[in-house]
Amino acid sequence: MRDNAPLLRIEGLRTVFRSSVGEIAAVDGVDLDVPRGRTLGIVGESGCGKSMLSLSVMRLVPPPGRVAQGRVLLEGQDLLRLSAGAMRQVRGGKVAMIFQEPMTSLNPVHSVGAQITEAMRAHDKSASGAELRDRAIEALKRVRIPSPESRFDDYPHQLSGGMRQRVMIAMALACRPQLLIADEPTTALDVTVQAQILDLLRELQDETGMSIILITHDLGVIAEMADEVAVMYAGKVVERATAAELFASPQHPYTLGLLGSIPRLDEDRERLLAIEGAVPPPFALPKGCRFHPRCPFAIEACTRAQPALEPVADGHLAACIRAPVEQSAELAA
Amino acid sequence: MSALLQVEGLAKHYPVKHGVLDRAQGVVRAVDGVSFAIARGETLALVGESGCGKSTTARLVLRLIEPTAGTIRFDGVEVSGAAELRALRRRVQVVFQDPYASLNPRLRVGEAIAEPMEVHGIGDARSRADRVKELLGLVGLAPFHAQRYPHEFSGGQRQRIGIARALAVQPELVVCDEPVSALDVSIQAQVVNLLKDLQGRFGLSYLFIAHDLAVVRHMADRVAVMYLGQIVETGPKRTLFANPRHPYTRALLAAIPHPDPRRRGRVQHLGGDVPSPMNPPPGCRFHTRCPYAQAICREQAPPLREVAPGQASACHFAEDLPRFDAAVGEGIAPRAAERLALYAAAKARRAG
Ligand SMILES: Nc1ncnc2c1ncn2[C@@H]1O[C@H](COP(=O)(O)OP(=O)(O)OP(=O)(O)O)[C@@H](O)[C@H]1O
Ligand SMILES: Nc1ncnc2c1ncn2[C@@H]1O[C@H](COP(=O)(O)OP(=O)(O)OP(=O)(O)O)[C@@H](O)[C@H]1O
Ligand SMILES: [Mg+2]
Ligand SMILES: [Mg+2]
Repeated sequence: MRDNAPLLRIEGLRTVFRSSVGEIAAVDGVDLDVPRGRTLGIVGESGCGKSMLSLSVMRLVPPPGRVAQGRVLLEGQDLLRLSAGAMRQVRGGKVAMIFQEPMTSLNPVHSVGAQITEAMRAHDKSASGAELRDRAIEALKRVRIPSPESRFDDYPHQLSGGMRQRVMIAMALACRPQLLIADEPTTALDVTVQAQILDLLRELQDETGMSIILITHDLGVIAEMADEVAVMYAGKVVERATAAELFASPQHPYTLGLLGSIPRLDEDRERLLAIEGAVPPPFALPKGCRFHPRCPFAIEACTRAQPALEPVADGHLAACIRAPVEQSAELAA
Repeated sequence: MSALLQVEGLAKHYPVKHGVLDRAQGVVRAVDGVSFAIARGETLALVGESGCGKSTTARLVLRLIEPTAGTIRFDGVEVSGAAELRALRRRVQVVFQDPYASLNPRLRVGEAIAEPMEVHGIGDARSRADRVKELLGLVGLAPFHAQRYPHEFSGGQRQRIGIARALAVQPELVVCDEPVSALDVSIQAQVVNLLKDLQGRFGLSYLFIAHDLAVVRHMADRVAVMYLGQIVETGPKRTLFANPRHPYTRALLAAIPHPDPRRRGRVQHLGGDVPSPMNPPPGCRFHTRCPYAQAICREQAPPLREVAPGQASACHFAEDLPRFDAAVGEGIAPRAAERLALYAAAKARRAG
């Protein structure tokens, strides 16, 4: 029973910014589950709230932003209600995070070894310096950094982008987290290096049984890595399904638009489908379904009420009153 | 038919100091002996990992930097003196990756688009204003946008402005350096479609630089793959993707995750990092990472040689590589394809 319960459950999460034009919701009522030992992929275009969602889980939303509503339950415990001290222990302990640009999250004036031992010390004050050094070298070894003993004393600028991302992963995994949040971990990397890092994440997941939230805008990375997928648009989850189901039977018109926008290596297309227009800014969201101004299936009802995220098939949710679109198309014909 | 652009043995070496204290000079071989041609109306894509010399090649073609060696012929004439350079500056235009950085924030969009016409003394204020309107229409913007400033536009719109500006002086070749890499996928698709439409209308040639091989496959007629300042393979898109004859091209293709969970686990990764362009490996530059490397690869640099009609590879063992199928896939799933067709039809209906 317990094993079926998700490791992390996000309920009704709403993260807002106060601005001159009023309150802006960067994340607007998101419900998500992260199963144990598996990967939840979050996909969506720039500005849809992917990073704010993950920062909300970590309670690292930069001011003036704040989590206004919702619960973030890690094994049933609401992280949003923990004391600041207890939350610090969760961060880098049970839950760790890696970012797109390892260079900005690594400190340029300290060796990578010093930074890893520092991260470990924060969670284990009793360990000796020599012990921590051994464990840090072990951590570098785990992320397949060649000759970790000599790399220990290297500074971040002496490493390639891929190596830096490995160091970030080593730091994140130093305390064996149950959940790793990876926010665009390979976006800044070449495809060959991306493949190395994705491989590494998968191997480490197999070894440790950790859950991963993988944030990306790349549907290829989603298909390769995610077990479950959430598609986000303008602060909301618009579709949720297993990866196999999502690609076999995409339901939300936004998901369809994304799939039609990417050129494929295994298929020729004269023109890409593309989605008309652009993502609305969070201070000028349309009424009703937020996708309706760009949606070719939109009808009058779509402009009135926000559609709820509802089951369209077994284990498959979509927030669209026109789904499945073949039925709507028949009605139109 | 002679090529519109023909470059021969192009090189750019940058002198650099090894360290802060070390006076010894080294050179970065950013581009190290590159030859290619682009026909009228053709798109040649340049691909390769970060730092392999794509942008440097672009800047050399635009003559924004002086080559260390090599020649550039445009429309049959070698670009050597000031007169040819002036002609080149009009007939070859550029679209950069970063639409934010490439537009002057203080110029209204109309002024930015008209600027190249002014520089080249084309038309008068009135005809230029008309042309700006026409160009805005071409790239899917409205005439009133001419009065606005760049910061009032989204990334995709700014890239459209960049394209309008490049087209203002009716170039024959447009160098596109990662024109869609900074854009969201839905916007990327709009801009890719636009670039293709414009090519069809005006018979433009493109030197198209990108690191996304799926985008390249969609855009290009021919592809050149670069590694450490050199072209290691070139060929027509179809043959190059179906049967790449250089291990590096294969490694790039095999590393791409397809948007298809049925293929999961088939991504293969290339070991190691790109060596420093200051100190490229002897022999074949790729041998340090190549799964097929033999003794000869460490000693002799393989020349780029024809291995199939129109396809050339710089690999000693181009003919002996095993069968390749990393780019093969099942295509989009049937149900998804049906819905995409409905989406396209609905979209076409709305567009009227
Ligand atoms: N300091 C801030 N003040 C106001 N709004 C903000 C602030 N920071 C972020 N936002 C808004 O929150 C929304 C979500 O941003 P977020 O960074 O989560 O997007 P994202 O999905 O991670 O995008 P990307 O793919 O570009 O990383 C954006 O629309 C952004 O404008
Ligand atoms: N002005 C310069 N001085 C010294 N080295 C340079 C200079 N410009 C470029 N380089 C080096 O030349 C090499 C090629 O750079 P270039 O910008 O052409 O690569 P690129 O293929 O465009 O990479 P990216 O995909 O990251 O844009 C790199 O190693 C780069 O560091
Ligand atoms: Mg983000
Ligand atoms: Mg470049």
